[in-house]
Amino acid sequence: MAVDAGALAAGPPGRRARLRLSGLLWRRPWLKALGLLTPPLGAFVIVYVGALAVLFVSSFWTVNSFTAEIEHTWTLANYRQIFSSGQPYLHIAALTLEIAAAVTFTDAVLAFPLAYFMARLAGRKTRALLFVMALLPLWSSYLVRIYAWQTILSHDGAINWALNGLGLPDQNLAYTNWAMWIVFSYVWLPFMILPVYAALERIPDSYLEASADLGARGFRTFRSVILPLALPGVVAGSIFTFSLTLGDYITPLLVGGPSSQFIGNVVYDFVGINANVPFAAAFATIPMLIMGAYLLIARRLGAFEAL
Amino acid sequence: MGIRRRHLLGVVVFAAVAAAFAVPAAAVRAGSGLPTKIGKGEGALNVIEWPAYTDPSFAKKFEKQTGCKIHRKDAGSSNEMFSLMHANGGGGGGQYDLVSASGDASLRLIYAHDVQPVNIHLIPSWKQFLPAFKSPPHNTVNGVHYGVSVQWGPNTLIYNTKKVKPAPKGWDAIYSKKYKGKLTVPNNPIQIADAALYLMQTNKKLGIKDPYELTRAQLTAAAKLLIRQKPLLKRYWNYATDEDASFKNGDVWMGAGWPYQTLQLKASHVPVKEIVPLPTTGWADTWMLAAKAPHPNCAYKWMRYVTTPQVEAKQAIVFGETPVNPKACPYMNKLQKGSCAGYHLNEPASYYNKIHFWKTPVAQCGWQKKNDCMDYNAWQQAWTQITG
Repeated sequence: MAVDAGALAAGPPGRRARLRLSGLLWRRPWLKALGLLTPPLGAFVIVYVGALAVLFVSSFWTVNSFTAEIEHTWTLANYRQIFSSGQPYLHIAALTLEIAAAVTFTDAVLAFPLAYFMARLAGRKTRALLFVMALLPLWSSYLVRIYAWQTILSHDGAINWALNGLGLPDQNLAYTNWAMWIVFSYVWLPFMILPVYAALERIPDSYLEASADLGARGFRTFRSVILPLALPGVVAGSIFTFSLTLGDYITPLLVGGPSSQFIGNVVYDFVGINANVPFAAAFATIPMLIMGAYLLIARRLGAFEAL
Repeated sequence: MGIRRRHLLGVVVFAAVAAAFAVPAAAVRAGSGLPTKIGKGEGALNVIEWPAYTDPSFAKKFEKQTGCKIHRKDAGSSNEMFSLMHANGGGGGGQYDLVSASGDASLRLIYAHDVQPVNIHLIPSWKQFLPAFKSPPHNTVNGVHYGVSVQWGPNTLIYNTKKVKPAPKGWDAIYSKKYKGKLTVPNNPIQIADAALYLMQTNKKLGIKDPYELTRAQLTAAAKLLIRQKPLLKRYWNYATDEDASFKNGDVWMGAGWPYQTLQLKASHVPVKEIVPLPTTGWADTWMLAAKAPHPNCAYKWMRYVTTPQVEAKQAIVFGETPVNPKACPYMNKLQKGSCAGYHLNEPASYYNKIHFWKTPVAQCGWQKKNDCMDYNAWQQAWTQITG
């Protein structure tokens, strides 16, 4: 210690101050953590949480339909309108929720076997190839892929061409809720594959061997060892697929049918028509509440350790 | 490098001089608060436009003549235009000078104070306009002009000639079950006016006088008609190209659209025709001056340029729409034979009276004293109910 102190005293003043600071940070780790976290946390709180707070507050205001000015008087009118019977908003929220749930389920079912093969069965080269193939769609614009699906699903598109080739009748898939389900499932699939793959890859081989030693057959091992350990990965992936679907408004616009309004479309319309930001904000709190509840459940299921 | 720096210096000096001039120019205004002459161009013009509304084929010459370099922000819908103009404190946010607003957005922009009055006498071609577009209710309030009309078009009934036989005769075709699942109409609350116009003729009991000025009962009746129409539709189209795609691949056989789509479809050899069943709804676009326009002189110069007969004719042919200036007729025919008649620029005045041009619905409607008309917010809510 004495030697250290001597060295400290001997250095030039700038260097001495720096060394003292580093010593202080070493002795008080919480100070270091505070210094490191303040800028990003500050930005997070102000920009992110702050924006959400403003959104929530403005949902209790109204807009003057004549001048499009926001009137800062507190009212529950927006919420009353959303929840009153005879209004379409709850129906629209329910449709959004249903499609998001269906997409999440579909992606989980599709992603699991692929991720399992990639993580546990494929050789290194095959795995790399599959990775590229799973991620390849993300390299092109999301919009381009939706337009491509518009063509595939259309009246004279690839699907009906294939059906006709097999001697089956045409299907009217274009501009229906089925079309939305298919397109959403496709565009968000990579976001499910990756976390499931990560979870499956982390299962040690010894667990499976132990399971076999105890006399479990393949299915039993899958049910009692693999599935519980992979579940956090599935839930983590579902956070992406669920929230991305819940917030989307472009896919409903481009491949949806006459009754395919999503929460996002209503928000977009209300802001656009009369700058009715307060109503849009009130309606936007619904997916926020849904996601909040979803994340709480996901945390219980251990999804955040798998992210 | 030296030259470039001198250029920069020139720009700075020019900007300073322009700023010095701009202040007195703002002070020297007529009693009505409007400018009395167009000053020197500011070197730039920022517009929110329908794609190709400042098409280089006719805008290049303007840029060369005036030195006003055009910066474009294309919008896909009236709502997008309104949002862009209303953002950043409104009035174009101090960024935009002009917006090519259609009638379903123009009154919204006026009442939201996003656009400012213009001195229409600074635009000489205005005197030549068809009477219907000199002071139309969608851009002129209490005699005050908030911009200059530029082009218009009727809403048309487009159909596939191979599939739809016999040819449709009127708007009842899109409310009839005959082509169930093969129809399309725009995804736009202003579509309610089309239903109201249809009811105006088929259900006189409702007492609709103006399809854009509806009481609650009339709005409900129009919405009911549209709810009945929904199962007949393949989809609501959002962008003109969406409708084109649906006609091309055979998903849709008949629908409401604009001459623009017919033109595009014919160009790609889809067997379509359009009819304009009268009376019909229609749209008319206005170049409106942003309330906080940073380059008002360039904006005035553009409004002056774009309404001249030659430019009107060029824009009409490029976009597939009709000029407001009938003097454009011979120039149109020169560019494309028979196009003046094809776009209905040579019709008698009675023809234009049968087209009900888009205007934003407001509560303070013209034909009753009380504020008992439904405003556009109510229309939007009804539209959400229909499409939700």
